[in-house]
Formats: sequence, structure tokens, C-alpha cells
Amino acid sequence: MGQITESDTLTTATVEETAAGSVAGIDQTAGDFKYDVKYDFDAGSGLSERTVRYISDVKKEDQWIRDFRLNALRTFLAKPLPTHWATRDLENLNFDKIRYYLSQGTKPKRTWDEVPADIKMTFERLGVPEQERRFLAGVEAQFDSEAAYSNIKDAVSKQGVIFLNSSEALRTHPEIFRRWFGKVIPTSDNKFSALNSAVFSGGSFIYVPPGVKVLHPLQAYFRINAENFGQFERTLIIVDEGSELTYMEGCTAPKFSTSTLHSAVVELVALKGAKIQYITVQNWAPNVYNLVTKRGLAHEEAEIKWIDCNIGSRLTMKYPGVVLKGRKSRGEVLSIALANDGQHQDTGAKMVHAADETTSSIVAKSISVGQGRSTYRGLVHIPRHLKGCKNNTECDALLINTNSRTDTYPAITVRGQDHAVQHEASVSKVSDEMIFYMQSRGLTEAQAMSLAVNGFVNDLVSQFPMEYSVELKRLIDLEMEGSVG
Amino acid sequence: MSQLIIQDLKVSIGDKPVVKGLSLTVNQGEVHAIMGPNGTGKSTMAKAIAGHPDYTITSGEVLLDGQSVLAMEPDERARAGLFLAFQYPSEVPGVTIANFVRAALQARLGENADLDATSYYKRLYEKMDLLKIDRKFTSRSVNEGFSGGEKKRCEILQMAMLEPKFSLMDETDSGLDIDALRVVADGVNKLRTGQLGIVLITHYQRLLNYIVPDFVHVMYDGRIVRSGSKDLAVELEARGYAWVKKELAAASA
Repeated sequence: MGQITESDTLTTATVEETAAGSVAGIDQTAGDFKYDVKYDFDAGSGLSERTVRYISDVKKEDQWIRDFRLNALRTFLAKPLPTHWATRDLENLNFDKIRYYLSQGTKPKRTWDEVPADIKMTFERLGVPEQERRFLAGVEAQFDSEAAYSNIKDAVSKQGVIFLNSSEALRTHPEIFRRWFGKVIPTSDNKFSALNSAVFSGGSFIYVPPGVKVLHPLQAYFRINAENFGQFERTLIIVDEGSELTYMEGCTAPKFSTSTLHSAVVELVALKGAKIQYITVQNWAPNVYNLVTKRGLAHEEAEIKWIDCNIGSRLTMKYPGVVLKGRKSRGEVLSIALANDGQHQDTGAKMVHAADETTSSIVAKSISVGQGRSTYRGLVHIPRHLKGCKNNTECDALLINTNSRTDTYPAITVRGQDHAVQHEASVSKVSDEMIFYMQSRGLTEAQAMSLAVNGFVNDLVSQFPMEYSVELKRLIDLEMEGSVG
Repeated sequence: MSQLIIQDLKVSIGDKPVVKGLSLTVNQGEVHAIMGPNGTGKSTMAKAIAGHPDYTITSGEVLLDGQSVLAMEPDERARAGLFLAFQYPSEVPGVTIANFVRAALQARLGENADLDATSYYKRLYEKMDLLKIDRKFTSRSVNEGFSGGEKKRCEILQMAMLEPKFSLMDETDSGLDIDALRVVADGVNKLRTGQLGIVLITHYQRLLNYIVPDFVHVMYDGRIVRSGSKDLAVELEARGYAWVKKELAAASA
């Protein structure tokens, strides 16, 4: 661990391409590149109280958050891996080899010109500044542990919307932050939420004041650049009464031979009548363990919608949830997972009904290619004392090859008389005949598979904002191209 | 002028020989009808030429404009100008006809070229008008929940859009009532502009009342055993396939 000093050293970057012949951001290895970056702050490998204190020191944190972190570390160490129900592949994670904090400093820049060249190149190549100009209300770009760039358009900021990196918000808006932080997802929720609570860094903090409809999406981009690294962003979004927000996140990492850990915690709070739409399109490299806890709390007549697209990673475990706390609140999860060779997408949704006349809907579609494995886990809970709750769950799986695997574990607990619950599941296969039919029209085998997959998810994707449906289609094309040998 | 030459083609399914030495030359603009009883190898020939992986070509040659297609993938054969109108076309759930045809045309362009959406739809609608197909049709998913007639019209529309040099039409009349048959035949006739060569596979003569062939070939036991003009079809209809079988038996005795 280095000495903690303020540093704004500008480093010269050298390019290290891990994929040959790739053109800026538009091929199947779009995220698979890496520029050498010099880090001013490095917590070293392995996890101990020293690591946690180092992070707090770099961030110059208050005592309460230092205590919160150390407490979380103890919870993390005490909890076993959940291998009694989850895959044993979790045992291959070596917590001693992971680097828990790497940054060039804790203050994100407000203009791209100020972002150090070595980091800026990455985001330019991923097209982030261009997307910001085209259709976003604000962007935060996180590079390993900290945001390198964070900016919100003036018009949105004038409405009173706060959009900051969470490390920054902790310093500048402690009163709102502390009120909601860790309330939707307690530290002890699971081993990885405890880990995140101990070493979290970066992520977004958003507050939308009452009666404000944010017209364009706010976006965060999470980039892992370093090998053997763990990224632990923490996102907290509070949308006040009658307000509306769409938030989108994208994630990539270069392909390393060693494993990388991404373990985020995302908490959403929709106050009375508020609407939150949270969209994830992740495209992790196949060495990334992606173990994320995401949950929203919906107050009276509020609506929380998770759109969750999981592509890439070695293992993803993610079940976005909504706690329907207020009467007539609504929760929705639209989930798409694509498991390619060597990948396991263990995804799903949780809907906890805790008030009368609450409605939830889950539509999950998974695609397993080659040896890829997809698992759907769903939890729907409607207790006896409630009236007039509704849930609709639909999970469809598509298998591309005969050795693909899919499992479905829906846990639906409904008590009481006055509820309407519906569950449908299907498994289908892309047949050789279908592929031959498409090939006989001039499509290559990869194009044919890609089209079959896009057709399978089409009814879901048509509900996405246009920019994201285009991006998702592109990612599916790239995945399928790589899967045909 | 384009030419499709099939030379002494032998095709097996697994170990079983099905097509046993078939030769046929089709010139641009010609319609060749291939007739014959069920199980005689007509569909096998068509699928093998299109490159279906279950059908093994054990010997012989298929030349498109002098180039052998046998080493090509099915999609390469399609892009080279071959089209197979399927007897039982697959469903492609969630993919509209418009997007399917667009993807097929896009696949014919280079990686960096994009199909122009406006002119694509203009052309699509022109072809649909020509074939008397309702505008709503192409926003339906390919073959999903289609009637027999709709499936065949979908095949003809794709053929019209992809403009192959040669089309192998496999039992295009099967599963159609007389009205649907007439509509489909009208469509094919409109595409007979002198550019397209057609191999029309059927085991009923009635299709040939609507699509009048230039040549008729009778296929039996994996070979073409008789060739002639359109009159051969009429004769066949009158005398039945038993007549051909009997003649063959007499010839080989």
C-alpha cells in the first residue's frame, strides 16, 4: 500500500491490445482491450481491516461509515459461501488474490477534457462521451474503483436533481445518503452484499426531488481495467413523490486469464407515486464473477421496473427485486440472459408483496449456447393478511445446442384467498431445420442463430428504450458470431 | 446466360442411396417440372443441391455458371444464386417476414455496407403488390401460425425479393386448396420474366395447368427416366405412374 497523498500526476499511456485487428468499439471484442494505467492509490491484494481502513483513509470518510465498513467486513468473514444452493464455482474465487481498491484519485472530472488521457481513451473507445451527447441527461464513468468522470446536464441539475458518484455524495449530501443507505439491502442480506458494504467504492447516487420528471436517462458506465481486480460500486437512487427517472448502466472489462470480481449493491427507493426504470446491459468478459444484489423499495402507488440484460461473465448471480411496501405499488422485472460456452447465468427476480393491491410481473428469457448454462431463480411472496395482490411470472428458455443446459427454480409462496397469480414456463430449441432454412436464404450460420435469438427476445426488447435495444441486438450478434466454430 | 448443370448426381441419407445418378441442365428462364411418385428422391435432390447437412452427395457434380457449388455452405450457395422454396418451411418465431428478408439481403452486402431501409421497403411493397399480398402480411413472424397457402406465398415473396438465378421449388402445391394453388401459381408466373430458371417438383399434374413448364421430367427410383414437353405431364396424369414403372420393368427385363 502506498502513501496516501493528493496526486494529479498525468501519466502517459501505452496501448495494449488484447485482441488483434479490432476497430474502435465495433466488433465482438468491443470491450476486450486495455490501456496501461498508473494508479496513485492501490490497496494491494487481499482483504483485511487494513484494506478497509485504507479505503476509508483515501476517501477521508466520517467515523460512522468507517464503523459501517468494518462491521460489514466481520459479517462477510462470518458468512459462508452460499454453495448449499448456488454453484460450487464460487469456491474458485480467491479473495486473497483480489485487489480491492485502485484509483487515480477520488474526484471525478466534470469535463472529458480534464479526464486523464489514459482513462479517457477507454471511454472514448467504448463510445460513452458520444452517447452522452446524443441522448443522455448525465453520465458517470467509473474506471476500476472511482468515477473518472461525472456530469449532469445543466437543465437537469436546475430541476434539483442530484447525480453524483456515491463516494462524493457521501461527503456532500450525508443527510440524504445516510437516511436511505443500507435500508433496502442490509449488509447481512448475503455474503456479497456484506463484501460490498465493507469495500464499496464508486457507483451512483441520485436524488430526484418531488414532482420532477427526468426526461432523458442518466447513465453510468462501469469499466474494469485491472487484472485480479474487484469492483464494488454502490448505487443509491431515491426518487421522491410523483417523480420519474430512467437510469441505465453498462459494464465491460478486458479478457484476462485470471478471474475478476464485480460485486455491486444497488438500492432504489421510489416514494409515493414515483417511477423508476433501471436498465442494465452488461457485457462482461468471460473471466468475471458478477455477483450483484439489486433491490428496490416501492412506496404507495410507486412503480419500479428492472430491465436486466446479462451477457458475458463467467458466473452471474443476480436477482433484481422489488419490495412492494406501499398500497397499489407495482414491480416489474424484464430479464434476458445469454449463457455462452463456459458461462453460467444464474439470474431471476424477487417480488415481495407487503401491501394490499400490489402488482408484480416477471418475464425472464434465457438463452443457452453450446455448453452455456442458464438458471432462473424466482421468488414471489404474497402473505396471508394481504388483499388483491397480483403476480404474473413467465420464464422462457431457448437452447441452441443439444449440450446446453437450463434450470428453472420458481419459488412462489401465496397465502390468502384474494390474490391472482399466474406462472408460465417454456423451453424451446433452435432446430437444425430452422438454421438450414435461414442459411438457405443466404444468412451465415452465425447470422441465422443470432436472428433466432433476437426473435426469441424480440417481444421483450421491443419494450426497451430504442438506444438500448439496438445495443442489445448488437451484443447478441457479436456473441453468436463467436459461438459458431 | 446462367446455367445450372446437375451431372450424374448421387445422394445418400445415412447409408441409403436415394438419388442414384441424376443429370439435368436448366438454362436461365426455363421451367423444368420434375414429377414422380412419393419417395423417389425428388425432395432429396432439391435439399442436397441446397446443401442440407443430412444429405450426403456421394458423387456427381452441381455446377452453377460453371462453378461447382458442392464445397459451399448452404448460405454461400444461396448467395451464389440458388433458392430452395421449401415444402415445409420452418417457423422463425419473433422474426417478422420484413426483418427476415431484410437480414437475408443484408447478408448479400459487404460487412460495411448497410441496406437502405427506404428503398428496401419500397421494393418489398412493390413485390407484395405484384404478388397481391396484403401489407400486413410482412409484419407477421415468419411462418408462425401460417396456413399452408400463407407459407407458400411467404416462400414466393422471399424468392421475389432475393432474385435467385435458379429456384428449386419443392412440392409448392402440397397442402393447397385450388384457390390457394391458383394464387401461388399466379405469383410464380409473374416471376417468370426470362431471368429466373425454375425446377418445379410436384407429383400432381394439376400444378402444371397453372405453371406451364417448358420441360417435364419423370423421376423414378432416384433417376430421371423420361423427359419431354408439357404433354408428358398430361400423359402421365392420364396413365398414372404405374405406366412408367411397367415400362421400366420391361426395359430392364
